[in-house]
Amino acid sequence: MTTPTSAAIEVHDLVKRYGDKAALDGVSFDVPRGTVCGLLGPNGAGKTTAVRILTTLAEADAGVATVAGIDVAADPAGVRRRIGLAAQDATVDGLLTGRENLIMIGELHHLGRRTSQARADELLTQFDLVDAGGRLAKTYSGGMRRRLDLAATLVARPEILFLDEPTTGLDPRARNELWDVLETLVGDGATILLTTQYLEEADRLADDIVVVDRGRVIARGDARGLKRQVGGAQAFVTVIDPARLGAVADMMQRVTGAEPGIDPEGRSVTVPTEGGPRVISQLADALADAGVEVEDIGLRQPSLDDVFLTLTGEHIADDAPVEVPS
Amino acid sequence: MTTTSVAAPVVVPPVAERRGNFLADSWVVARRSLIHMRRQPEALADATLQPVMFVLLFAYVFGGAIAVDGGDYREFLMGGIFAQTIVFGAFGVAIALASDRTNGAIDRFRSLPMARGAVLGGHAAANLLRSLIPIALMSVCGLIVGWRINDGFGKAVGGFALMIAFSFAMIWVGVLMGTLLPSVEAVQGVGFTTIFPVTFIASTFVPISTLPGVLRTIAEWNPVTSMSEALRQLFGNPSGDFGADPAWSLQHPVAYTLIWIVGIVAVCAPLAIRAYQRSVAG
Repeated sequence: MTTPTSAAIEVHDLVKRYGDKAALDGVSFDVPRGTVCGLLGPNGAGKTTAVRILTTLAEADAGVATVAGIDVAADPAGVRRRIGLAAQDATVDGLLTGRENLIMIGELHHLGRRTSQARADELLTQFDLVDAGGRLAKTYSGGMRRRLDLAATLVARPEILFLDEPTTGLDPRARNELWDVLETLVGDGATILLTTQYLEEADRLADDIVVVDRGRVIARGDARGLKRQVGGAQAFVTVIDPARLGAVADMMQRVTGAEPGIDPEGRSVTVPTEGGPRVISQLADALADAGVEVEDIGLRQPSLDDVFLTLTGEHIADDAPVEVPS
Repeated sequence: MTTTSVAAPVVVPPVAERRGNFLADSWVVARRSLIHMRRQPEALADATLQPVMFVLLFAYVFGGAIAVDGGDYREFLMGGIFAQTIVFGAFGVAIALASDRTNGAIDRFRSLPMARGAVLGGHAAANLLRSLIPIALMSVCGLIVGWRINDGFGKAVGGFALMIAFSFAMIWVGVLMGTLLPSVEAVQGVGFTTIFPVTFIASTFVPISTLPGVLRTIAEWNPVTSMSEALRQLFGNPSGDFGADPAWSLQHPVAYTLIWIVGIVAVCAPLAIRAYQRSVAG
């Protein structure tokens, strides 16, 4: 039964093993209604496994998960009526048109043919796919497929959306377009659990971020808190002549007042800064005055790897367990 | 269509009022499969070109070398080709299901509140309709090369009904293959190495008395033989020589085939549905 006061998603001590590897090793988190939770982690962290369990595609070995107040193990059918899932590889049907895809989903949600058709047309409009609606989905670009996939998750107006790496594999432009669409959804008050490998994506879309690594939650909080922990943006300079690295590091310390790090192999120096572009222009001036030849200079947002470096003291492991979807 | 942008938002019925059932959900899946078939005519080759090719090859290339007591080889041939093509019908549905699984469509269906078994039921229904294509094409092709219905309308209707029933059974073999085997390639590999010989160690293309020892015993009890012989009997076509003291299955090919049909469906359908449900746990 749905209890209106409960969180949209509650996960308690979830465990899932594939062979002797634990894809999930006691994961707990919750997502309040009307909020967006970003499950952030590298490949193989257990993100997809968590989504598969919450969307009834897999069963947990231990632990409890409720979605819309319903235990996923006890009443999977009840959960399916209330969720929308956009799986990692945009599973739209290539041999159906965009419109046919949406109508089929509506009919399988038992909305009735008439309503399904009306809802399909409404969503094609909303997702800017009206012109493409009559074309086979296999002719769509990657970005269009993702938009159609997203529209398909919304057909039955679900209470909760699951988006598994919604922008993985998209070029930057398509990613930005999709982010705009997702931000509209977020603005409309949808409850969303999204998984991502990109801190930037979680930062832009999520209210709360849960960082997972090797099947465990290693941090959670809002994007700002997480970034503060990591240290915010970093200024970097890459020089042509490695002999000048020391001089450049001194210069960067003078400008930012922080301790820079030297990467001799990459011929670059980085330093944390909150000064933004102004710091870069000061640095550029200083470098020009000193006659240092610069290959690249700029500001870099902390990456997932930086988050991991801070939280675990290690880079993202290459031997992270591989996620096994069924 | 653009009127929706200014119209009031489409209201969907509340969750509690959404009612589905097995037949309606299966039909949605079946319609999708039929659309796939229409838009991928090259994937229909096994139901269109292949049976026609077999009729022509055996009628004109091998036919001259194979003698059939008491009749024309081309009339003998058709019962066997019908049976073989229906057995091959297992491939189409197996490949469709395996590709649905590998490309994520099954996951999509599983995340929807569909009736249990509707995905498999829909695939089976669409493929039963699909199986009518080769049956019709081969009948026409057979008539052209000299095959005739010699024993009256009533028995002929029985022959076609038996073909449809046998198709239904073979489709469930295909559903089971498509559910258990990991990929389209595996379906093709395993299917070819198991099903292909089964259709040849039978009286499909040669009279059963020409087969040696053990092969002959296998052929006598092979349902492909009984299906071929049942059709020859119902269409009034020659059966060739059964030899002395023929097996019960040869004396009662219709009954023996019906037993196989019931047996195949009773075993394969529940196994397929269970395998499909169980793969959820993975």
